[in-house]
Amino acid sequence: MSEQDNAIERDVMEYDFAIVGGGPAGLGCAIRLKQRLPEASICLLEKGSEIGAHILSGCVMEPQPLDELMPSWRDTPPAICVPAGRDEFRLLTRQRSFRLPTPPQMHNAGNFIVSLGELCKQLAAHAESLGVEVFPGFPGRRVLVAGEGAEARVIGVRCGDMGVEADDTPDGRPGPNFAAGVDIHAGTTILAEGCRGSLAKQMIARFGLDRDAAPQTYGLGFKELWQLPSGRTTPGLIQHTVGWPMDNQTYGGSFLYHLDEDRLYIGYVVGLDYEDPRFSPFEAFQQFKHHPEIAALLEGGEIVSSGARTIIEGGLQALPRMDMPGALLIGDAAGTLNVPKIKGVHQAFRSAMLAADHLADSGSPAGFDSAFRNSAGGRELHKVRNIRPGFYRGLWLGMANAALETVLGGRSPWTLHTRADWDSLETRATAKAHGEQAAMAADWQAERVLPPRDRLASVYFANTAHEESQPVHLRVADTSICATRCAEDYGNPCTRFCPVGVYEMVDDGEGGRRLQINASNCVHCKACDIKDPYQIIDWVTPEGGSGPNYQTL
Amino acid sequence: MKILVGIKRVIDYNVRVQVNREGTGVVKDGVKMSINPFDEIAIEEALRMKESGAASEVVAVSIGPEAAQQQLRTALAMGADRALLFTSDDEIQPLTAARGLLAVVEKEDPGLVLLGKQAIDDDANQVGQMLAALWQRPQATFVSALEFNDGSAKATREVDAGLETIEVDLPAVITVDLRLNEPRFVKMPDIMKAKRKPLDIRPFAELGVELPPQLETGRYEPPPRRQGGVKVESVEALVAALKDKGILS
Amino acid sequence: MSTVLLIADHDGKNLNTGIARSVACARQLGTVHVAVFHAPDEDAACAAAAKLDGVSRVLSISEPANEGPLAAVLAPQVAALAREHEGGYDYVLAPSTTFGKDLLPRVAALLGVPQVSDLMEIIDARTFKRPIYAGNVITTVKVPDGIPVLATVRIASFAAVDDGGDAPIVSASTDAELPTHTRYIGLSAAGGGDRPDLQSAARVVAGGRGVGSKENFEIVYRLADKLGAAVGASRAAVDAGYVPNDMQVGQTGKIIAPDLYIAVGISGAIQHLTGIKDVGCIVAINKDGDAPIFEVADFGLVGDLFQLLPALEKALDGS
Repeated sequence: MSEQDNAIERDVMEYDFAIVGGGPAGLGCAIRLKQRLPEASICLLEKGSEIGAHILSGCVMEPQPLDELMPSWRDTPPAICVPAGRDEFRLLTRQRSFRLPTPPQMHNAGNFIVSLGELCKQLAAHAESLGVEVFPGFPGRRVLVAGEGAEARVIGVRCGDMGVEADDTPDGRPGPNFAAGVDIHAGTTILAEGCRGSLAKQMIARFGLDRDAAPQTYGLGFKELWQLPSGRTTPGLIQHTVGWPMDNQTYGGSFLYHLDEDRLYIGYVVGLDYEDPRFSPFEAFQQFKHHPEIAALLEGGEIVSSGARTIIEGGLQALPRMDMPGALLIGDAAGTLNVPKIKGVHQAFRSAMLAADHLADSGSPAGFDSAFRNSAGGRELHKVRNIRPGFYRGLWLGMANAALETVLGGRSPWTLHTRADWDSLETRATAKAHGEQAAMAADWQAERVLPPRDRLASVYFANTAHEESQPVHLRVADTSICATRCAEDYGNPCTRFCPVGVYEMVDDGEGGRRLQINASNCVHCKACDIKDPYQIIDWVTPEGGSGPNYQTL
Repeated sequence: MKILVGIKRVIDYNVRVQVNREGTGVVKDGVKMSINPFDEIAIEEALRMKESGAASEVVAVSIGPEAAQQQLRTALAMGADRALLFTSDDEIQPLTAARGLLAVVEKEDPGLVLLGKQAIDDDANQVGQMLAALWQRPQATFVSALEFNDGSAKATREVDAGLETIEVDLPAVITVDLRLNEPRFVKMPDIMKAKRKPLDIRPFAELGVELPPQLETGRYEPPPRRQGGVKVESVEALVAALKDKGILS
Repeated sequence: MSTVLLIADHDGKNLNTGIARSVACARQLGTVHVAVFHAPDEDAACAAAAKLDGVSRVLSISEPANEGPLAAVLAPQVAALAREHEGGYDYVLAPSTTFGKDLLPRVAALLGVPQVSDLMEIIDARTFKRPIYAGNVITTVKVPDGIPVLATVRIASFAAVDDGGDAPIVSASTDAELPTHTRYIGLSAAGGGDRPDLQSAARVVAGGRGVGSKENFEIVYRLADKLGAAVGASRAAVDAGYVPNDMQVGQTGKIIAPDLYIAVGISGAIQHLTGIKDVGCIVAINKDGDAPIFEVADFGLVGDLFQLLPALEKALDGS
């Protein structure tokens, strides 16, 4: 922590439990804690301007853990809640599509297509009615740790300062409206920030929680909500595709979840282990929409909202230790998502409820990690652990491996290893040797016609907002690399993998180039923190309330 | 002096507003609601007056649905002392709101009423002026600077031609504009304290307002999409075209 | 035949340009009488109003208290005229200038009737369209029968009438009681500097990323000065450091509605277009003929702005 940071006078608020993150894991844990310990004081921090503002997920949810936690949800379902109907799994070629047998993990009978953000609003209302103090607009900026070495222990969380103005230093200085972030002191701190949480990243490093884990891996997901002309959609239909526009080497596929009222959730997930530095994930999603069958579905429709978020894919092998002195990681802050199912919500709830029960029963985080691994959630991860890594060998071998693993129910005696995403890029020179453009882009459509025309137009639909004068929250440790080494080695891939065009290489006015960071476009997806090949980008929380304002997404 | 601040619950200014499919209103489901930004500036001004000793009490008042409690709690967390909510699920048009506020004013007897100049939903820009007329007191609208002396205030107003200064005897109604101040951030401990401050909730009907004639609202639609025009070949052609349109003479 | 009372916005010498546009609206609704409230010897606006095409009569109401345009002083007089003058008026209109916005609601409250703000289109005698949510939604409202229609007129929505008319100017007075609780002190011109204020200017020239540098922005300032225009910028130009951020036009900057907007080296991202959707006439100058700005520009000129802008200045000189 910087000296400047420590020198500021702050209020201290004390709680039994402090939870960082207002998603299904954080809210699920808060609710369960209150159910088990009605007298406990619980504070939940959420960096978005309201609960749900930063939540972006497919989402087809398995309801059983939620039924256990809050059965009343079925009486007042969220604004978007469509029971799952038919499942379809298709392989796309440039012009056509072929129906493939639906993998067992993609059978959704009994599940629900929901807006996770809307569901979280209801969870938050329930949590508040139980006495949880929910604070939207207040980010957890850094974890407070007391003691050194073996004695080190998490004692709480420092909230972000408000009203900080940018200056020549990375941290800026207090502006006229400065309000110092409060220090929350808690008996136990629960990090529930979702995929690549900034505090979880700090603590994993601090306590070496990933010492025995394989490298964590991720995907980047895009999602749009469309309003279509009457009669185009089949409510409840759940479609997933693989194949075009990706090549066999790159992990990626789409989802189409048909809602009521002629609305459609359409999205795309790209594995961030992709190798060609020239690849643009956003462009791949937009190309997918131009497949003749997809374009026919979308034609004449309108985008209502859009956004992007990374997805954690490392599974069991990459799962860090989930407990440390004074704190726990739950949900995707740890990485509990089931990749073949592309479902993380039920796992988030499971880990959250287990954490609450564990804390209520034992009074301490210690032992939570093994409790989770031995639970239904942990066993589910074990069963599917070898499926995603099988795709390092390409689409066909990956699918064959997936079939084998499904048949074996995960009882294979081996565990496939993962590879770090940031380390997977080929250099420009190597990529160029394969072809003049990225392999998969060879048969992409030159002129796209469907909205959004580009990333800037897409950002418009995310309603993202960042106060202009605040310091840039994307901390690049050494921007001198950008115009020199990185331009040469990789051609500045950040300018392509960011879903909203935060990073741009512009003329520096002296005949060269420099990195320009358009921080206000940021939708808090964390792709840059993950994929930057030099690992010098550190995403930190901007001023509370900044970022996207997703509605019904 | 007691200051009454009127606030309205509106769709958050960051939200992209959309007309509903039937064309009968805007989509409000799942949409973030906030205090009207101009009203926040009004609250902030009232709080600064209290902090400087010019005022003794700041009372926030709103007319709206039950959920408007959220916005009043935010006003209390910013520092208001008391809040009043008069609930109604009906559309409350400006003259109705002004008559309602008059009833509150007659009961509370404030030395000053502060309001945002307009609500960002209906953009009517009427309530402050109407209240002042009904109360038979002065109004100073679109105020960007305020100076208080004994029993009167000098208000600088942002008008088309520049900055106009007027002097009003108190009590008066002041509607505030963007540049008056920058509202403070709400702090967590204050959110907790706000839960214990008085928030009085009553049905709007209790104010006994005689409903004035109401405007009937019909269709809602998005604005006509701008179409592209023509490309011209030269600057001379451009100048000629602009003259032709009467834009240049 | 319906009668319309239109309140003149003037400064003692000149009639506000919004009045000529408001008359365009008013004359569609009925016989137009323009009311000029003024201090003795400050009636120049009466003659200007009398010239406007479509004005049948100008009422000149002279009162010492009318020296500054104080809503509290004018409203009782307007209300009295509206109720009593020659049987009362069916419509009371004011331009949606700061004057009209300040005054008319006070009149409406005194008369006990609703007001339509920013009338932008007449559907029929009592039905109008108006913008809400900063113009992102247009709504149709109807004034119920049996009450006068009070409305401020969105002047950008109406073209000014010609001034070849010659209406009679008559004196009028009311015996309305005038309050003394409000006093006019003075007016100072906008901000500082000699360029018009971006938010309210009738003409704006804005530069984008294409301008290239802070130094290059000179070329934009020069054109603006030639046109008597304010200067704005796109977000990209602000982010690149060419200009300070209070010049930003767009979703997160200023939303403006000048009569003329010249976008120089601006590509036309949606966020920028949000800021100029209500502009009268958009002119785009950009070297990329496919830039999205051309999809909304009324006039587009494709080419190198560093050549076109000086040429444009010269062409304006010759006019």
